[in-house]
Amino acid sequence: MALDTYTTTIAVASIATSGITIAIGVIAPAIGEGRSIATALSSMAQQPDASATITRTLFVGLAMIESLAIYCFVVSMILIFANPFWNRALT
Amino acid sequence: MRLSPDELVFWQYGFIKLNATIVYTWGLMLVMVVGSKIITSKLSTGLERSRWQSILEIIVTSILEQIEDIGLDQPKKYLGFLGTLFLFIGMANLCIIIPGYEPPTGSLSTTAALALCVFVAVPLFGIEEQGVGNYLKTYTEPTIIMLPFNIISELSRTLALAIRLFGNIMSGSMIVAILLTITPFIFPIVMTVLGLLVGTVQAYIFSVLATVYIAAATREHKHRPKQEQKKADQGVGE
Repeated sequence: MALDTYTTTIAVASIATSGITIAIGVIAPAIGEGRSIATALSSMAQQPDASATITRTLFVGLAMIESLAIYCFVVSMILIFANPFWNRALT
Repeated sequence: MRLSPDELVFWQYGFIKLNATIVYTWGLMLVMVVGSKIITSKLSTGLERSRWQSILEIIVTSILEQIEDIGLDQPKKYLGFLGTLFLFIGMANLCIIIPGYEPPTGSLSTTAALALCVFVAVPLFGIEEQGVGNYLKTYTEPTIIMLPFNIISELSRTLALAIRLFGNIMSGSMIVAILLTITPFIFPIVMTVLGLLVGTVQAYIFSVLATVYIAAATREHKHRPKQEQKKADQGVGE
């Protein structure tokens, strides 16, 4: 099955973009989560009584940061598996 | 490669589809409702109580404590909504150890529906607590210029709730599916265990965020000095 240049361009662009999206997109959330856990650990060491509140706030904050990485992952998955341009180019 | 359980259709009649999401959602609802009905049919308040009743009591009192911790004064009023969110999402995510099961929260339709429930519930509880005028006035705080930004933030946090839950659960099941084709022996099991942990945390996060949004909408601003006074009294008492 020979692909014309239009289809090839769409394929190459989708795959390359999805790889770069997920690769670059998780750098900043990872750094942010690392810093927040470090601060949470040091504050738990300073005040062990408050560790329930700190843990809860930590998890809520981690989920908010994580969701940014999840957005990048969802875009990447859409480009690979549910790509509208690819489906249209095949017909 | 299936992106969500919506695409697995068991039965179709023209336009009406019975897909895996609907079947598993209703199955979960059936199990939870029938189970709790059976457990609560013979409640006892004495020292002798059944194991299942103790489990349910632990769950309900922990949820009540968490709701109160986050700042809602009458946790029993919100227990129905928030407890249901936590228990449904938690149960849906924990059942992935059953073979052949696909979590309905891995489909954007379910998570969008849950996020829309929160989107509708927050103004409802806010208006019930503060009245329509006072609640609408909170959109113009701190200044009237913030009105479009408050509205946009309301919409975007609903979207974020839906996508966060969908992305976490869908990525878990997709990783397991991909690993089954590469290294089918031990590694998919390890990833399923990670998926259990992630599912529980995401259920907790969803309900905690819903609680925080409702607390922000029902908090009355003139009560803030009274709350600080109460906290100061408690500190002195300890």
